[in-house]
Amino acid sequence: MSEGWLALLQQALSLLFSLDPDVWSIISVSFSVSFAALLITLVPSMVLGFVLAFAHFPGKWFVTNLVQTLQSIPTVVIGLLVYLILTRNGPLGDLKWLFTQEGMILGQMLICAPVMIAMSQAAFTSVDRRAWETSRTLGASWAGAVWAVCRELRMPLLLAIVAAFSRILTEVGCSMMVGGNILNVTRNIPTAIALETSKGDFAQAIALGLVLLILALILNFALGSLRGKETPRSH
Amino acid sequence: MLNVKSHMKSLLGLVVAASMLTVLPAQSAEVIKLATTTSTENSGLLQELLPKFESASGYKVQVIATGTGKALKLGEQGDVDLVMTHAPSAEAKFVADGFGVEPRGIMENDFVVLGPKNDPAKLRESKTAEEAFAKIAKSGLPFLSRGDNSGTHIKELEVWKAAGVTPDFKGYTSVGQGMGKTLLMANELQGYTLSDRGTFVAYKTKLDLGVDFDGGKTLANPYQVILINPAKYPDLNHKGAKAFSDWLISKEGQAMINSFKVEGEQLFKATYSE
Repeated sequence: MSEGWLALLQQALSLLFSLDPDVWSIISVSFSVSFAALLITLVPSMVLGFVLAFAHFPGKWFVTNLVQTLQSIPTVVIGLLVYLILTRNGPLGDLKWLFTQEGMILGQMLICAPVMIAMSQAAFTSVDRRAWETSRTLGASWAGAVWAVCRELRMPLLLAIVAAFSRILTEVGCSMMVGGNILNVTRNIPTAIALETSKGDFAQAIALGLVLLILALILNFALGSLRGKETPRSH
Repeated sequence: MLNVKSHMKSLLGLVVAASMLTVLPAQSAEVIKLATTTSTENSGLLQELLPKFESASGYKVQVIATGTGKALKLGEQGDVDLVMTHAPSAEAKFVADGFGVEPRGIMENDFVVLGPKNDPAKLRESKTAEEAFAKIAKSGLPFLSRGDNSGTHIKELEVWKAAGVTPDFKGYTSVGQGMGKTLLMANELQGYTLSDRGTFVAYKTKLDLGVDFDGGKTLANPYQVILINPAKYPDLNHKGAKAFSDWLISKEGQAMINSFKVEGEQLFKATYSE
């Protein structure tokens, strides 16, 4: 390295704190796309997780295992799938979504939904069925009873959301393929880090890496303090 | 038991040490690290040239293919033994800053302006590359820029400058990807882009794009091979790098560059002159 570590770190920090427009555009693309994907998939995924945990229907075992499998598919494979669907001659080519934020959101939805479904299913399975029955017998409506169960499970459900969010915020394969890394449009934190590194400009890559690192720290400490406040439940 | 174990250990240690002694010096003398651009790698030129040089000289060339910007950076940091790039202005700076020595022009090919086959912006009637670029900017159609500090990207920025256009118009799309990926994106969006001819020929069958403008001095694309300054990094494989550079400008090397064809087209013209 011709540049010292400290000099690079200094450059990176000054990029962040001087509100460098390119860096902040990249950060805002990352967050707006990932939040959109998360919000769209949140309720349907939780509902599906709930149904898989509480209902019995033929093929349940198959669906559960399918979701588990989808969780571990590499993001580049999902990227490839979405690319093929959205390409000019693909089935949804008329949408013209390839290399747009809409396309990226679609890809990230496919990546985060299985994580949320599987983790919320695990959470709902772990809950004491009596919590559900008690609230029903106490005259709670169906929705009220669901709400009671969710309150009971706020910690593991929150963990499911955070895990899903961190997976899509940090994935590079699908964003690169479907978004195309277009400046100010589809360039997000991970694809920008990949590009800056390939150009040999490490300062911006470090600045963006720091953003992800700080975010991870905040999320984990927030979760940790929530956990700390939880009183141990006596069954 | 214990005895056997400790014997085994010392034996293993000996074997490892011995193999290191034999491998390491051999390795550092044998391997030449070459940083070059994706165009020489993607087109298949190096796969053609290297075996010939390797069998003649006994060296082994390891290729790191990136954009010109990164390749020169690797040279600056002493991570490679020599560079082969195509951005005259950046290369001149690399030599002037004392990182590179003995730059030699070995070959050239040219850049082409690609676009939709029906040429909606009417580039084919242009006289110069600058005029063609100005037409693209006015048309509002997408123009895909590599945006990755590669030789092609640097060339593209030079043409915009010469055309008197600031590249921030409506259709300007900076993608930060390699040449091949950029061509596929231009194909999807049916936009214009600047490409080296080699990569275009290699991708031709996958693309619904045509050459809408080519020729002229502006779009010439000369390649240089540059050694790394021994005064800066004494411990690199300078001997091997020099041998490879010498071979590239030899009669044999130059003839091989000229006879290299992709899809029946000659991609590079050997240009070394004493």
